[in-house]
Amino acid sequence: MTASYALRDSGTMLRRNLRHLQRYPGLSLFPILGPVVFLLLFVYVFGGTLGNGITPGGGRDAYVNFLTPGMLLLAVVGAANTTAISVAKDMTEGIIARFKTMRIWRPAVLAGHVLGSLILTLVSLAVTIAVALLIGYHPAASPLQCLAALGLLVLLAVALTWLTVALGLVAKSVETASNLPMFLLILPFLGSSFVPVQSMPAGVRWFAENQPFTPITNTVRSLLAGEHVGSTGITAIVWCLAITAAAYMWARHLYNRRPAG
Amino acid sequence: MTTMPALDPIAHTRTTASSPAAIRAVDVRKSFGDNVVLDGVDLTVEEGAVFALLGPNGAGKTTMVRILATLLEPDHGDIRVAGHDVTREADAVRDVIGVTGQFAAVDELLTGRENLALMADLHHLARPRSGQRIDELLERFDLVDAADRVAMTYSGGMRRRLDLAMTLIGAPQVIFLDEPTTGLDPRSRRTVWEMVRGLTDDGTTVFLTTQYLDEADRLADRVAILDGGRLIAQGTTQELKRLIPGGRIDLRFADAAKQRAGAEALQVPVPDGEAVALQVPTDGNVATLRRVLRELDESGVDVDELAIHDPDLDDVFLALTGRHDENEEEAHS
Repeated sequence: MTASYALRDSGTMLRRNLRHLQRYPGLSLFPILGPVVFLLLFVYVFGGTLGNGITPGGGRDAYVNFLTPGMLLLAVVGAANTTAISVAKDMTEGIIARFKTMRIWRPAVLAGHVLGSLILTLVSLAVTIAVALLIGYHPAASPLQCLAALGLLVLLAVALTWLTVALGLVAKSVETASNLPMFLLILPFLGSSFVPVQSMPAGVRWFAENQPFTPITNTVRSLLAGEHVGSTGITAIVWCLAITAAAYMWARHLYNRRPAG
Repeated sequence: MTTMPALDPIAHTRTTASSPAAIRAVDVRKSFGDNVVLDGVDLTVEEGAVFALLGPNGAGKTTMVRILATLLEPDHGDIRVAGHDVTREADAVRDVIGVTGQFAAVDELLTGRENLALMADLHHLARPRSGQRIDELLERFDLVDAADRVAMTYSGGMRRRLDLAMTLIGAPQVIFLDEPTTGLDPRSRRTVWEMVRGLTDDGTTVFLTTQYLDEADRLADRVAILDGGRLIAQGTTQELKRLIPGGRIDLRFADAAKQRAGAEALQVPVPDGEAVALQVPTDGNVATLRRVLRELDESGVDVDELAIHDPDLDDVFLALTGRHDENEEEAHS
């Protein structure tokens, strides 16, 4: 099977998944609007108090600037979570068995889901950033740093999407598939996305400092603030690549093993 | 009564196995855990033929189709489709087959036309030609009016037609239809039958599975009967019917007196019930019929109606599987 088949078949499957998103807006609207609702909630309900904790006297304005990078991670997680549902739903359809009897690039079905989810992620990130800018976010990053931050978010999205593809495959039902990736939504809260980890008790803090979301959040935050990143950036990239590799292999294994139809 | 005649057609197939075949499977075995689903199946399907694999639920029909269609690896067996080994050359097999499974394999959220376009793209067909082919298939499967509606809104029959159209878009040499009419209403069944017969006009080989005996009888050139993971008979429908000496002559009389006289002349029992009829067992040859008519003539009994009942596949199936079960019971007692 040639590389051109891989590209062409993945493109075909991507078009299929984009049509699905368009025909089934319930699945695409939540990951786009969810982060905006959370952003407004955190800034206008908790922001005044939390902002003072981060920069004494900083208030709501300080919190928008601290929170936005963390909220971008949440947007990535939200979009990835819907992938588990759409993959699980897809696997209940007889058409997957049909795909397996055709001479197409095998991972194309899954690649289509991943690419569709990435596009959803980018839309979600754009909407979240636009709303954040409207309510007082002012990044100090150079264009190059903006690009680097976006690049890291896309790397994270690729990693989480392959992981949720695998979770969608391993789930026995669509309901399970919608619950399995819930832990991913909790992880940003147990990290540096919403408050600095220094304020946490020792055990929680240890976990927060060593889980993958924290170096990724910190790197995105530093980049967008126009600061020097350092070794945290390397840790963030390594986490993303490691998760991608493991999740891709797991998903492929599950897809090939799974009895079709 | 012996079981040997039932095996004759299989032996016959083995001797012709060297001729070019669309499908050739030798000693196919498949188990899921302790559950033996296929227990040494041999079959050959000639190019351009319609072959029906007949059997009750759980006989292993779907497993056989899934192995032939590269969806499942066999535990054992030499299996070739269009000359390619299904395990080692799965992609070459996939290039030439089309599969319609038990449940309609259409994309619910796409329209009929989009479903066909998806298949055309996955077959790597060039655009202008594929558009033409899509229109042709929509026309042929009576889906022009529904072409731009999402498949979710289709009826069962429409879905099945779309499914078949999707199978055909790559112009496959060998088509697998797994219970193509299960769950369809009688009218849709008839439509599917017409379409299947239309397929062979293009020289396509069709391998279908069915639980319906009349379906196999109507569509297939050759039939194999699968029961408990083994083929218990294989041959043309005519050959199979000949295996069962279950034919009979049905006679109807004007009244009970004539019925009794007839029964005496032919030395058959008078059946219970109100019908003034007699059933005379026959092996189907003309001499028997002549003897029955002569004996009735000589006794001066008038017959109102005479019908010759050929055994249908139902009789074949019951006789074969019934005998099989009896043997098992004897073996266990």
